[in-house]
Amino acid sequence: MAPDQIVDGLSEVSCDVLVIGGGTAGPMAALKAKLKNPKANVVLLEKANVKRSGAISMGMDGLNNAVIPGYATPEQYTKEITIANDGIVDQKAVYKYAQNCYSIIEELDSFGIRFLKNENGDYAVKKVHHIGTYVLPMPNGETVKKALYRQLRRARILISNRYMATRLLKSLDGRIAGAISVNTRTAEILVIKAKAVILCMGAAGRLGLPTSGYMFGTYENAANSGDGYSMAYHAGAALANLECYQINPLIKDYNGPACAYVAGPFGAFTANNEGSRFIECDYWSGQMMLEFYNELLSGKGPVFLQLKHLHPETISEIESTLHKVERPTRGLFQQGRGVDYRRESIEMHISEIGFCSGHSASGVFVDDNARTTVPGLYAAGDMASVPHNYMLGAFTNGSVAGIDAMEFADSHDFADFDAADVAMERDRVMAPTKREDGIPPNQVEYKTRRLVNDYLQPPKVTRKYELGMRRLAEVREDMQERMIARNAHELLRALEVQSIMDCADMAVHASLYREESRWGLYHWRTDFPEKDNENWFCHTLLSKRDGRMTSEKRAVDPYVVPIADDERDLYDKQRIRATA
Amino acid sequence: MPLASYQTSVPVVVDDAKCIADKGCTVCVDVCPLDVLRISDISGKAYMAYDECWYCMPCEADCPTGAVTVNIPYLLR
Repeated sequence: MAPDQIVDGLSEVSCDVLVIGGGTAGPMAALKAKLKNPKANVVLLEKANVKRSGAISMGMDGLNNAVIPGYATPEQYTKEITIANDGIVDQKAVYKYAQNCYSIIEELDSFGIRFLKNENGDYAVKKVHHIGTYVLPMPNGETVKKALYRQLRRARILISNRYMATRLLKSLDGRIAGAISVNTRTAEILVIKAKAVILCMGAAGRLGLPTSGYMFGTYENAANSGDGYSMAYHAGAALANLECYQINPLIKDYNGPACAYVAGPFGAFTANNEGSRFIECDYWSGQMMLEFYNELLSGKGPVFLQLKHLHPETISEIESTLHKVERPTRGLFQQGRGVDYRRESIEMHISEIGFCSGHSASGVFVDDNARTTVPGLYAAGDMASVPHNYMLGAFTNGSVAGIDAMEFADSHDFADFDAADVAMERDRVMAPTKREDGIPPNQVEYKTRRLVNDYLQPPKVTRKYELGMRRLAEVREDMQERMIARNAHELLRALEVQSIMDCADMAVHASLYREESRWGLYHWRTDFPEKDNENWFCHTLLSKRDGRMTSEKRAVDPYVVPIADDERDLYDKQRIRATA
Repeated sequence: MPLASYQTSVPVVVDDAKCIADKGCTVCVDVCPLDVLRISDISGKAYMAYDECWYCMPCEADCPTGAVTVNIPYLLR
């Protein structure tokens, strides 16, 4: 029998809280929801397998934003993230994260996840950010997923692996009613009725095409194709600041972090071809990425991460973390190239574009309770709009979402949805399997993402964006009318392409709407090269209204932690100034 | 339009002598985030059915017999 044969089928189940996405935020959300009400049914739906899914598939090499008493305060952290984001931050959610994250670290510790401690038994926090000290290494960070999985089994969370959610269901009055999903091995449809739904579906990491040309050689886990952004959009939820792209400094071709957060505290630094430093701080901000981009193009490139000046024992220590945790094939890659960190610097490049609040600020709009603009719908992790939240933010905000969603489920009954919505979605999902002849998903995806690189990669030029929009619309028509899927696995890819296309359209729309430049390279518009605080010191919210994509301004909430005038532009001063 | 099959050298290699998929093991297939591994009907062993690899390692790390090797995909090697 050929693998992944399509089976015609539809079934329906129900639960109190449905969590979609079993990476980082999702397991924590499911766990906290279940602990809040142990009698309730919590379903954790995952496109891959919860054991190894998401951005932390092989663990993580450190917490990049740990607010630990004695090293940092919630006020300092909130201030730093506000400045790093050019001020466009609803501080309430960031401040709440900063207050809660230490208790989450202690909880992760109790799960058996180990963090670096000094000889006194205190957490050994390192400085990477421009102002404060928040990086806590995890030399045994490969244990994260296994530790989480144990907790999920213990709490009796119902796990459904290999189901890809495709659309959310809502009642006539606009409340969340559940989700529709499809089995990635059989194409059978599963409808899940739920009182509350939490989206934890990761970044839109398969948006741009890596320069290697290998479609799955992305910075993000390539399974993170932006399905959550697309689902939230079609459900009418608002998405915030999507023009604030994610672009990262990565090992050239390998396309994973080098990683300055690990090596920097030991004395490694980002250098140009002359071996000189050119940025003040290796923390990933749009302003830093702009200097990185400028250096690459200046004739002083390539750009390198330099370790060779360090003591061999120090290099071995860095190496053991880099080659064991997060992206362990880094070692294999360097070995294949004959690169020894003791003799040679690591060649760096910039990544393809994506959406990811883990490192920038774009995402489904949420308040400080992880609530989206749709009643009963929550979002957490890389796809929700709390900026720079990294892995610890996914855990902490996932926890917030789980507790609040269970409270919502406890006080609401199931909402009714229209059966016609299910029938319509089933037709949409299965359409590529009904055609005899057409274009396979890998070609539609390659073309879409190649166009994203050609037209959407910053610097953003209005004319290029307008052309890109036209080209993408042509591919969308092919996707909708001509794409074929010959088995369930191809159907999974065909559905992912549709998420990618939606994200590309949203990237264009959001970028053209904000008529200024902000966040360094992330939103550098050549036709509007200056920051315009008078007109654009605001969030932008994108949403679907009457079937059309619209954008609007939303005021930044009053700050909880005030920012002094002379602190506002600290992240604008990333370039090391030449001294006489 | 007619379709052509496309040749590609896949990054994940399984040592058939060590693989115990024919005895019911499905660990590597289960843990892959991109769902690209399958068990062959003919040999009963695991193999990479789709060249869509994030070179992330769970298949190699979790294999109980050390049968799986992840290589860097050729295009970015």
